Amino acid sequence: MRKGMAISTLQKPSQEAKRKALRKNVLGWSLMAPALVFMLLFTVYPVIRSFYLGMTDYSLGMEAPVFIGFHNYMKLAGTALFWKVVRNTLYFALLTVFPSMALGLGLALLVNRSTKTVGFLRVGYFYPVVMPMIAAASIWSFIYMSNNGLWDQFLRSIGGQPMDVLSSKTTVLPAMAIMYVWKEAGYLMVFFLSGIQSISPELMEAAKLDGASHGQVFHRIMLPLLGPTTLFVTSIEFTNCFKLVDHVMIMTEGAPNNYSTLLLYYIYQQGFTNFNYGISNALTVIMLLFLLAVSLPRFFSQDRKIYYS
Amino acid sequence: MKVRKRDINKHIITILAVLLAVLWLIPFIWLVGTAFTKASYNMTLFPTTPFTFENFKYVWNAVPFGRYYINTLILVVVTFSVQFVTSTLAAYALAVLPVKGKAIVYVIIFMQIIIPNDVLIMPNYMTIADLGLTDTKLGIMLPFFGSALEIFLLRQHFKTIPHALSEAAKLDGANTWQTIWRVYVPCSKPAYMSFAVVSVSYHWNNYLWPLILTRSPSNRTLTVGLAIFAKSKEANMQWANVCAATLIIIAPLLIAFLFLQKQFIESFVGAGVKE
Repeated sequence: MRKGMAISTLQKPSQEAKRKALRKNVLGWSLMAPALVFMLLFTVYPVIRSFYLGMTDYSLGMEAPVFIGFHNYMKLAGTALFWKVVRNTLYFALLTVFPSMALGLGLALLVNRSTKTVGFLRVGYFYPVVMPMIAAASIWSFIYMSNNGLWDQFLRSIGGQPMDVLSSKTTVLPAMAIMYVWKEAGYLMVFFLSGIQSISPELMEAAKLDGASHGQVFHRIMLPLLGPTTLFVTSIEFTNCFKLVDHVMIMTEGAPNNYSTLLLYYIYQQGFTNFNYGISNALTVIMLLFLLAVSLPRFFSQDRKIYYS
Repeated sequence: MKVRKRDINKHIITILAVLLAVLWLIPFIWLVGTAFTKASYNMTLFPTTPFTFENFKYVWNAVPFGRYYINTLILVVVTFSVQFVTSTLAAYALAVLPVKGKAIVYVIIFMQIIIPNDVLIMPNYMTIADLGLTDTKLGIMLPFFGSALEIFLLRQHFKTIPHALSEAAKLDGANTWQTIWRVYVPCSKPAYMSFAVVSVSYHWNNYLWPLILTRSPSNRTLTVGLAIFAKSKEANMQWANVCAATLIIIAPLLIAFLFLQKQFIESFVGAGVKE
């Protein structure tokens, strides 16, 4: 109490400053208000809403959601299809994230040279990034088309059997993964390129003068210094991969027998074709956990300085 | 002798790099070749039939692409314009003003960066339905009006603008509003360009959200229109038509990319995260 009084007497002369600070606070919050309203309404609120609705029984035709605790999650845990979807999602992520990163790094090395072809290379590797996924997916559905498609024709021309990759449960996800790696490698290339270009050239020159080979410079200097970039890219790439769904809608709609159903597609199906809002929201919560898990490295990595501040 | 060997290695790598780029371009080569030649029953990598505009004529009449173009343009332009205003104001407050409780705002910003709107289709659809905005353009755009990514990019940029500049403006009698629009905004053109590229390409290419929200052709976007056409029965075996339709919707961004290569590539790095 006395302390508070002491402070107030101390600050008495600066009433004016206090009012000024208050004014700045009011000004600051009112400037942030428009953006905040939309972020609260479409990022914070939906997360809370999904947590709540995920614990309710709620589907088309019901007046209001009925609270049922963790019943939806237990129901999902007991469904073979749910585990299949989780497996597909993780498998697809593994098939795309690391290959596209490795390729992205390789492309960055190829582009990071001074030849006359660099402009052409950059366009060639990067153009799929600016295409919508549904355009890429419709082009590749024709490439993968059974018999008549370019891939099956190519196989036949070298004496093989047509594969009809999108109709077989073992090849459908790898085929989609190849399409996605084709689309994404150029995007990751630019991160590695900016990582490589931020390494001091003196360091590399010094190593070369000491007699280090190209391979040694790459292994001992470049790779370790690209560590933070790699961690960051891994994280955003998993996030990008989990939110992919357009290609499933165009190429297979989950066929054959749900071997290409990914988590976000499952959310869509449950919510918008089965109208089972409770389950769809529970699945959304599971998706949030996936996203949280892959985002953690971003916040513990020192590299966030490079990109965030 | 040794130098020679290095030179040869260099050339080999260049040739491999070019071959790889050609491999990367194959889907596009096929797309263009097929779109501009007469439809055939055999799919071939390089066209074997004569040149024609028929495919474009056919799809342009079969699908209301003109309508879809206008819709997509409206969405892209309005979304970016609103983001421009809301993000500028918020970024100014975060970067310049001593506001209490900023930490909460940062938490929300990071929340949106971790959780892209794309995965929140179910709860956000419900909110849009509660607001009575399904099957409207406003409903498609609303969730994107507060962009964490743009606020963050701008905040970083605003922080680098010397305080002396805004002090000088104040001495000249500028109020906060004028300081923002006459000092901070003009000084941050690269940050705005960067975000414009990312925002426009995201919204031009977005598919699932506009698909869920739209029921009538009057609000459909190009991507939704293309998907409906590509999946229709008549289009199933008509790859020439689908190729023409695909080219119609990807052309603007591809052309922009060809002319603004560096800008595009730097924008994507700068933005760090696809929106």
